[in-house]
Amino acid sequence: MAYPANYRYTREHEWIEASGNAGTVGITDHAQDSLGDIVFVELPKVGAKVEKGKVFGSVESVKAVSDLFAPASGTVTAVNEELTTAPEKINADAHAAWIMKIELSDPSEVAGLLSASDYEAYVKEETGH
Amino acid sequence: MHRRLGAKMVDFGGWDMPVEYSGLIAEHLAVRTGVGLFDVSHMGDIQLRGPGSLQAVQHISMNDASRLQTGQAQYSALLYPQATFVDDVIVHKFSDNDYLLVINAGTREKDYNWVRSQAARFDCHVNDYSDYYTQLAIQGPRAEQTLQKLTNADLSNVKFYWFTWGTVCGLPNTLIARTGYTAEDGFEIYVPSDVATSERVWSEVLEAGREFDILPCGLGARNTLRLEGALSLYGHEISDSINVFEAGLDRFCKLEKGRFLGSDALQAVIAAGGPERKLVGLEMIERGIARDGYRVLDLAGQPIGSVTSGSPAPFLKKNIALAYVPRAHAEVGSEVAVEIRNAPVKARVVPLPFYKKPKKQAASS
Repeated sequence: MAYPANYRYTREHEWIEASGNAGTVGITDHAQDSLGDIVFVELPKVGAKVEKGKVFGSVESVKAVSDLFAPASGTVTAVNEELTTAPEKINADAHAAWIMKIELSDPSEVAGLLSASDYEAYVKEETGH
Repeated sequence: MHRRLGAKMVDFGGWDMPVEYSGLIAEHLAVRTGVGLFDVSHMGDIQLRGPGSLQAVQHISMNDASRLQTGQAQYSALLYPQATFVDDVIVHKFSDNDYLLVINAGTREKDYNWVRSQAARFDCHVNDYSDYYTQLAIQGPRAEQTLQKLTNADLSNVKFYWFTWGTVCGLPNTLIARTGYTAEDGFEIYVPSDVATSERVWSEVLEAGREFDILPCGLGARNTLRLEGALSLYGHEISDSINVFEAGLDRFCKLEKGRFLGSDALQAVIAAGGPERKLVGLEMIERGIARDGYRVLDLAGQPIGSVTSGSPAPFLKKNIALAYVPRAHAEVGSEVAVEIRNAPVKARVVPLPFYKKPKKQAASS
């Protein structure tokens, strides 16, 4: 699976695309594949503060709930409302179906996250394939 | 074999089981509109044989087995003296002196020990046949057409909750029952459990169902299908701390047949005015998914019960749940709330079952 090289990744299977102070966040293809059909997304509110490593929302498949963990700290500037009625977009293309956009309070947090190749290696180790 | 088909596996009560193959929703919809195939070999099979077998069954099982004809089956439950559940069961009458109980996987050993000890005073033998059989379930409106290709038995003559014997995939004397756990038409077949035979039958069923877009189905779809049909799951809607009337299974409990294990306690519940709590069906009115174990609240925010099983319903396209609530909140139309991640989300009590399979059309296409 090709993980976009310009994204950064967390061990909780979120991705973040950062440019300057702006960050866009979603979950990885591996995450959507593990979850199965996604039927519900709980989005944060615009204006809410998110903290790196803390829960900011959740995604649900038919059989399970999964918390979403913020890859970096900041303030939510936009959420992808489409996901309230069409959560399956995440299954269709997890790296394009963004969940929230944030204004980063500390852009240096992003540099410390996994690169695409490190994340790919991490997934291989975790899953055995 | 399941892994070769790409199954995601999970540990289910000590058994290594496939949760889903191609995807839960696709598998669920295949059963509702076409045909799906389940490996349900984890289920248990207990045989009671002998002149006292009917008496034994009548003692331990709450439904009235004396109403069964040879070739007929009935849903029932084994009760403790307190009228709570040992397990639910399907009772099959092979002959006046021969009955088969099909029971759940997770409770197999407990059930077998229970049946053996409770049947000991009757003139019958109790045998655990679970390991002899691989049980496959073929479920959906196209199940009959699929299985008919593989058997000489005339399936159109087997009514719902009846069974017959026939040659299936070349295996003689195979038990074919028109039963299931999906709230859809379908069959369960019992074939010898050696790996080579089981795998061959599995493959032949998939081949026979190919023209109907058959899918192998896992535990995930099995759960959402039975939930839409409001079928109980042991450890959720029924357990050793829940009684028959609370669970709403009155119609399978025939007190008029005479005393049996649990009947005295049930008479006491009736004398006390009925059960304090009842199992109800909930449909979410506000946005959210109620899940197993979530608290149910009244509209003032007070906890009044909990969800026994809850999930999105892939065919009905609603979020549904079964829950225990006090009698006062059990009326259809009552509004309650389900606590989802610390916030109350409104739900309404709806009639059960959520889904009923369509009546058979006179000419099947």
